[in-house]
Parts: sequence; C-alpha cells; structure tokens
Amino acid sequence: MAKRIDVSDLDIYYGNFLAVQGVNVSIEPRSITALIGPSGCGKSTFLRSLNRMHEVIPGARVEGKVVIDGQDLYGADVDPVDVRRQIGMVFQRPNPFPTMSIYDNVVAGVRLNSTRMKKSDMDDLVERSLQGANLWTEVKDRLNRPGSGLSGGQQQRLCIARAIAVEPEVLLMDEPCSALDPISTLAIEDLMTELKERFTIVIVTHNMQQAARVSTATGFFNLAGVGQPGHLVEFNPTEKIFSNPEEKATEDYISGRFG
Amino acid sequence: MSTSLASQDTGQDTGSVRVTRHLPRFAALGLFVAGVVIGALLTLPSGFSIALTVVYGVVLGTLAVHLVSRSVEGRRKATDRLVTTVVTSAFAIAMVPLVSLIYTVLDNGLGRLDSTFFNSSMLGVIGEGGGAYHAILGTVIITALTALISVPVGMLTAIYLVEYGSGRLRRAITFLVDVMTGIPSIVAGLFAYALFAIFFGTGIRLGIMGAVALSVLMIPVVVRSAEEVLKLVPNELREASYALGVPKWRTVLKVVIPTSIAGLGTGVTLAVARVIGETAPLLVTVGIVTGTNLNPFDGRMATLPVFSYYQLTQPGFPPEFGIDRAWTAALVLIILVMALNVVARLISRLFAPKTGR
Repeated sequence: MAKRIDVSDLDIYYGNFLAVQGVNVSIEPRSITALIGPSGCGKSTFLRSLNRMHEVIPGARVEGKVVIDGQDLYGADVDPVDVRRQIGMVFQRPNPFPTMSIYDNVVAGVRLNSTRMKKSDMDDLVERSLQGANLWTEVKDRLNRPGSGLSGGQQQRLCIARAIAVEPEVLLMDEPCSALDPISTLAIEDLMTELKERFTIVIVTHNMQQAARVSTATGFFNLAGVGQPGHLVEFNPTEKIFSNPEEKATEDYISGRFG
Repeated sequence: MSTSLASQDTGQDTGSVRVTRHLPRFAALGLFVAGVVIGALLTLPSGFSIALTVVYGVVLGTLAVHLVSRSVEGRRKATDRLVTTVVTSAFAIAMVPLVSLIYTVLDNGLGRLDSTFFNSSMLGVIGEGGGAYHAILGTVIITALTALISVPVGMLTAIYLVEYGSGRLRRAITFLVDVMTGIPSIVAGLFAYALFAIFFGTGIRLGIMGAVALSVLMIPVVVRSAEEVLKLVPNELREASYALGVPKWRTVLKVVIPTSIAGLGTGVTLAVARVIGETAPLLVTVGIVTGTNLNPFDGRMATLPVFSYYQLTQPGFPPEFGIDRAWTAALVLIILVMALNVVARLISRLFAPKTGR
C-alpha cells in the first residue's frame, strides 16, 4: 500500500511569489520522513504540495514534478480530488467535524464521498481505524458523542483515525503534536512508528528531538533571507543529519546556533 | 475585599498604597434619583412637562453622582461612575419608545383580540364586528412565497460569494447586494408592479406580485446574514474535508452548511420578520379585499399591514370599530414578529454544534 515519492525540481509559488525553490528529494515507502527548519521556510508549503492541498489557497501553483510510484501528481488529466484520496493529511490543529459524532468523524471520508457500505463493514472500519490510532479503548463506549468533546490529544488521534480510515497510501502530518502535551505527543509518536509498517509518512515538525526519535530520513529546509524562497538544504538519513551533517547550516540549526 | 485591604494598609502606614474611600452601595443610585427629583422641581414653575423633567433630571443626576464621587472617591472612580451613568441613561432613554409603543398597541389592540377577529373576514361588515382572518392568511401565504423565492436565491448567492467567487464578479455582486439593502420599500413595490404590468397590463393586482416585491427586499438581507455566517466556518474544516478526497461541492453541502445551519436558520427567520410588516410595496402590488382570497395568482389579497392601514384611513361609519380593528391587526403583527424571533432563538439553540462536555 505504501508508495514512494519522487520530487524533482519543484518550485512552489503563491501568485508571483516564489515560496519554495528547486526541491529534489526521494521519499522511501514504509518510512517516516521528517522535515525540519525555521518558521516560514516552506516546509508546510512543500508538504501541502505533495497532495495538492496548497491549491486550495487562491493563486498558489507549482512547477516541477511530483511522482508517486510512477504517477505524475500534476499531470494534466489528474484530478486533485483523486490525489487527496490516496494521500491523507493530518493538520497542526486537531479539526474534527463539530457537527459529527466520533463514529461519524471516523467514517467521514466514506460518508462524505457517498460510498455505499454495509453497516457491519462500517462498524468494522471504525473499530479498525480507531484501534490503528490507539483511541479505541478510550472512546469505544461513547462513539455517538460529539468528536469535539474529546481532549486535544484524543481529537488529534481521532483526526489520524479519520485520515487512515480512507486507506491512503501516504500520510502527511503538518506539525501534528505542536498543540499537544508531552504525553499525547508520545502517544502519537508511538502511533507513527506503528503506522510506518503500512504507510509512507511525511511529518513536518519544529521539535528536533521528535524528528530524531521517530524518523528514518530528515530533510532540512532553510531560506537565505526574508523574502527569499525556501529551499531544501540537506536530505539524509536521520542518524547522519543529527550526528554528522554534510552542510554547515544544518549543523548550526540543529545545535541551536542558528541566526 | 479592597476596603479590608485599605484598612490594613492604614494600619501598616506604608504610604505606598493609597487609601481609597468608597461610596455606600446604593449611594450613586440615590444621588441620581435626588438629581432627577430636583430637576423635576426646577421645571415646575414653567408648568410640568415630561421631556423637560427627563432632560433636567438626567443632567443633574449625572452631575450629582460625578461630583460627589469625585470628592469622595477620587478622579478615576468618578470617571467610571460618570460613564456608567451616561450609558445606563442612554439605554433607559432608548427603551422609552419601545415600551411606550408596546403599551399603546396593547392598550388599544387587546379589546378586539377575540375569536371573531381570527374567524371572520370583512366581507359584508360595515360597522361592528368583522376580523382579519383573510388578512392573516394572506400575510402568511405571501410571506411564505417570499421566503420560497428569497431563501434559495439568497443562500446560493452567499455560498457563491464565500466559497467560489473571486475577483471582479464577486466585488460587483457584493456591491449590488449592498445597494439592494438600501432600496426604499416603495421602489421595490413599484418595480414588481411595473414588471407584472408589462405582461398583464396596468391595474393588475396579484398576491405573487407582493411576494416578488418583498423578495427584492428580503434577498439582500438573506445574502448578508448567510454570508457572515458562512465566513465563520473555520477554514480548517474545509481543508480537513478536502484532505479526505471530498470534492468541493460535497464539502460545502455536507460540512460547511451543516456546521453553520443554526446561523443560517436564524438569519432566514430574522429576514422573514424584517419583511412581514412591510406595507408600502403590498399597497401597490396586492391591494386590499374584504373577502378571503387564498390564491396568490388570482386577484387582490388582504394582508395584515395593508388591512391595518385601510382600517385606520377608511374606517367607515362609525369610525371606532375600524380603528379598533387596525390596532388589533397591528398587535397581531407584533406578536407574529416576536414569535419569529423566538423561533430564531430556538433554531440557533437546537442546531448549534454540540460540544458534548
């Protein structure tokens, strides 16, 4: 199910503003890839371009290629809606649908797309997804309560359950733990390590310990100055990045001597 | 709390914390009332008048509270009391017309609020008796038709503006909606009359014409309120839906609208309340009739505001009975509008997203 992502010469624009320039990277299947870097350097922008979510913002566009297992995401005949069905996303702030119960939130991807499914299959899907997100034992007795009544960490795991319920091939996570306490963060990190067996995971994080703990490969983004486009400085196995980085800028950033 | 702190401070004599004195709890109110009474006495030599008493009383009362507070409590506290007094007086003055209006309508309208009023039309009635059965049903039918026209048009316009529109077209629509909000209601009535006169000749009067005229007034209100409510739906919810591979139109239909349904319902109900009492456009498009006509596509219909207007201006002989009916029609109209406001509150409470805590 997991797929490999090849990005070549990717430039990302907001209107005429070049936000990210010349990204070349290969992301391995069944791995966790962490993207680190200072704020405003284009990590999230790059992540959102991997499932064509950045197109939601008016004026945003890309040049270059993103290929997932041989399929060009930005091909002329590719529907962004299909791309997003294959590549799920979890956002920085937990965003369960406030009008839906926990159960409905998990099956939202199925229900909103009006896919027909038997009640028993749907129950199975809910249990499987919530177990996959380590939330089943906490909520199994109150599946009909609103999703917004959960705690922040539970809400974020509910969003992960919602994302994996549509069985994507790749899971993108945009700072999934930045609004959570250390215990919830740990729960989600454990979850990522489990999910790695089935999905290709790309995570943006500001927490370098987190990148070091969970990821197999790490990319460091930086920008030359204010108003300059961000670019990928270094992309290497996580061990190498954190012990013996190739670039001086990476070492400065990781050791906190940045800026 | 602060008084006990102050007394401790005096004991310690640190000098860094200023000792504050307070007016007793109801002193401000008492001073204000005293000011009002003095104001009333001042107006007595020139003969008692309510308006003068209110003006003198409010000014003197405010001054009294401010000056006493300033001499006892200091400048900051006095300014606080001054602003509090001014704001409260302004609110009280604003309430005067509302209370007076409701009192007058109740006083004059309750007399004829009987079963005859709701059961009979004005067919063959010259003096006593008669009712607004035909007018109440006419108002309900025409308002329902208006909502039927305005809600889809207004909602879809708002959805276009918030979810799809961009650039020049969007700005043009917003501007035109703003202009429409300011159209005088008689102009809307004349527009509907002119429109139907093209097809059916001059002198035409139909219930549906009234609905069209009222729609011109109601659509911009619906667009405005729906637009504001849709804007409140967090973008994160839309993105969450897109990220699940849900197309945009389904996102709007199944995520954005359900999330904002409470606000949309409230907006529509308040827009209905806004047009239900319109008189001028119905005067030129629907006219008035003494019998019951429930078919909006066939001839004149009676409506409550127009009924009230004609009962007052052409009460027949003897005039008291017609004037009484006019007051009662006004009372029924006010009750309808209040009921709609209650419905709006119920809608927003029933459909609001549940937090489950």
